[in-house]
Amino acid sequence: MARFTPKVVTANALLEGDVVYLTADDRWTRRHEDAELIEDEAHAQLRLLHAMSQGNVVVGAYLADAKAGENGPEPTHFREVFRTRGPSNYLHGKQAELN
Amino acid sequence: MYSYSEFDEAFVRARVAQFSQQVERRIDGSLTEDEFRPLRLMNGLYLQLHAYMLRVAIPYGTLNPRQMRQLAHIAQTWDKGYGHFTTRQNIQFNWPKLPDVPAILTALADVGMHAIQTSGNCVRNVTSDHFAGAAADEVEDPRPYAELLRQWSTDHPEFQFLPRKFKIAVTGAEHDRAVIKAHDIGLRVLKNEQGETGFEVIVGGGLGRTPMIGMTVREFLPVNDLLPYVEAVLSVYNTLGRRDNKYKARIKITLHETGKEEITRLIEARFAELRPLFGGADQNLLAEIKAAFAPPAFRNAPVDAYDAFYKADPVFRAWADTNLAQHRNDQYAIVTISLKKHGETPGDATADQMRLMADLAEQYGHSELRISHEQNVILPHVHKGDLPAIHAALVKAGLGTANVGLISDIIACPGMDYCALATARSIPVAQEIAMRFEELKLEHDIGPLKIKISGCINACGHHHVGHIGILGLDRAGVENYQITLGGDGSETAVVGERAGPGFAYDEIVPAIERIVRAYLEQREGPQETFLQAYRRLGLGPFKEALYPAEGTKDAA
Repeated sequence: MARFTPKVVTANALLEGDVVYLTADDRWTRRHEDAELIEDEAHAQLRLLHAMSQGNVVVGAYLADAKAGENGPEPTHFREVFRTRGPSNYLHGKQAELN
Repeated sequence: MYSYSEFDEAFVRARVAQFSQQVERRIDGSLTEDEFRPLRLMNGLYLQLHAYMLRVAIPYGTLNPRQMRQLAHIAQTWDKGYGHFTTRQNIQFNWPKLPDVPAILTALADVGMHAIQTSGNCVRNVTSDHFAGAAADEVEDPRPYAELLRQWSTDHPEFQFLPRKFKIAVTGAEHDRAVIKAHDIGLRVLKNEQGETGFEVIVGGGLGRTPMIGMTVREFLPVNDLLPYVEAVLSVYNTLGRRDNKYKARIKITLHETGKEEITRLIEARFAELRPLFGGADQNLLAEIKAAFAPPAFRNAPVDAYDAFYKADPVFRAWADTNLAQHRNDQYAIVTISLKKHGETPGDATADQMRLMADLAEQYGHSELRISHEQNVILPHVHKGDLPAIHAALVKAGLGTANVGLISDIIACPGMDYCALATARSIPVAQEIAMRFEELKLEHDIGPLKIKISGCINACGHHHVGHIGILGLDRAGVENYQITLGGDGSETAVVGERAGPGFAYDEIVPAIERIVRAYLEQREGPQETFLQAYRRLGLGPFKEALYPAEGTKDAA
């Protein structure tokens, strides 16, 4: 069986549409590095179920590949990298709002 | 210009009220996302990569200055100060927040606009030639027919849940500027030998995963038969179209799986049933609509100022040579305002730019604006004497770029900078190609060349019909760009050929440059366009230029 790659739970906030991540203490954060890095497959499913039960706060929760980094989890796929910062044509979205 | 009837106004207001309540119920938790999603999509509201996106319909790409100013107001009040004009002649706002959407829709309704049927498996915004009603080569203004189709298809009870989305385009000219052969139904207004008006009806075109050029199912459809015939096509499609497989659900697949002969028989049989049900009310309505599309009162004045400016000012001359098209009135010109300034995002306009374009339309353009599927803005009726003043105002606002139809006039979908479906970015590729050829100062020498970029296989960027098409994909977790060559979206429509293996993000601009240099080397002269050269030479020399190492290997 393929080895489980670490994940974070991500979604979009219902009201603003912003990209959000689930933290280990059940908050939704805008910062990828504050997300809970999940290294166990069964635990990942439980965390995803928990996220999906919060349909009045977030939309479209899913598990995204991630890896451990210096300041916390980092995305591995370019799509998830873009989601952490915003579009490349304007300084809009997280890259403008979080720094 | 056509304005909404009381019926339209009441319908749009009722829908805004209904959707406002649905938004409220979603926010208070009474509606789940599964319940809400189809409702928001019916009202043009998507959830994209970083935010919600609201797609607003601009029927057949026609706007008045008041509407353009309202779009500017929305961009500034509820978005980030700009809007993105799309390849379906619509506008998208990339950053609305869910609680603000009812206010945005109310502001749209105030100027007779809405976001209804800009998503979902229904008849979408009917598109048209952006030069409609102005072009010198036109048989007739196609927009009254587009408006008739819009009214007929809006909230049509039978066609709200089609197997898949359905796109109709209408043109009134032989030279196709509306890509009608890549639509589910394409209509071309023409005259028969008796001088009567009718339509060539093309069915089953489309881009996306399975690109196809439509087939002509009727050489001449009389005007009176338009609605019953289109209804027959949709009715047959609604019955036969596949609902088991999203990728095989468009009418182009139905047509191919059923066969042209059989589907034509079914359409004609259904048409025979439907025709008697249309008692002429549609034709009375059409007559009213046509009256609202009467041409403006053209001014009769000398054009000397234009001639003098054209001779004296090289910057103006360059702009006039690329951005003006021939108007049916000799004293007039059609102005294309480029939203493709080198290095900017194709199709984006700031609120200030929208207001300026509205002002210019009001002051000089008989209060008409158009959005082209090539993501530019058109002033369709401008007296030539006013062109120098318009050009000066556009230049000041960063809208004076002289590049329409040239290599930097690129169509690009939002791609992975915004779109949740995208597999790669489009916008920065377009920006970098434009900047590279600006740096080389080659684009006027290269001449007419259409580059079209899509960030996924759904082909919103029309890459299949680009002279050079670029398709962005995700190959093993890395952005990768496939090139197609020789595509054509005009009356001689053809789907481009795959050139070979794709290129990485940092290789795609040099690859495009190699293709263009190969063209410059091999063309018979500046009069031979890229597309003509490609048709004469075939893929061979361009492939060699794209993959030089492999060429050497083969030779060895």
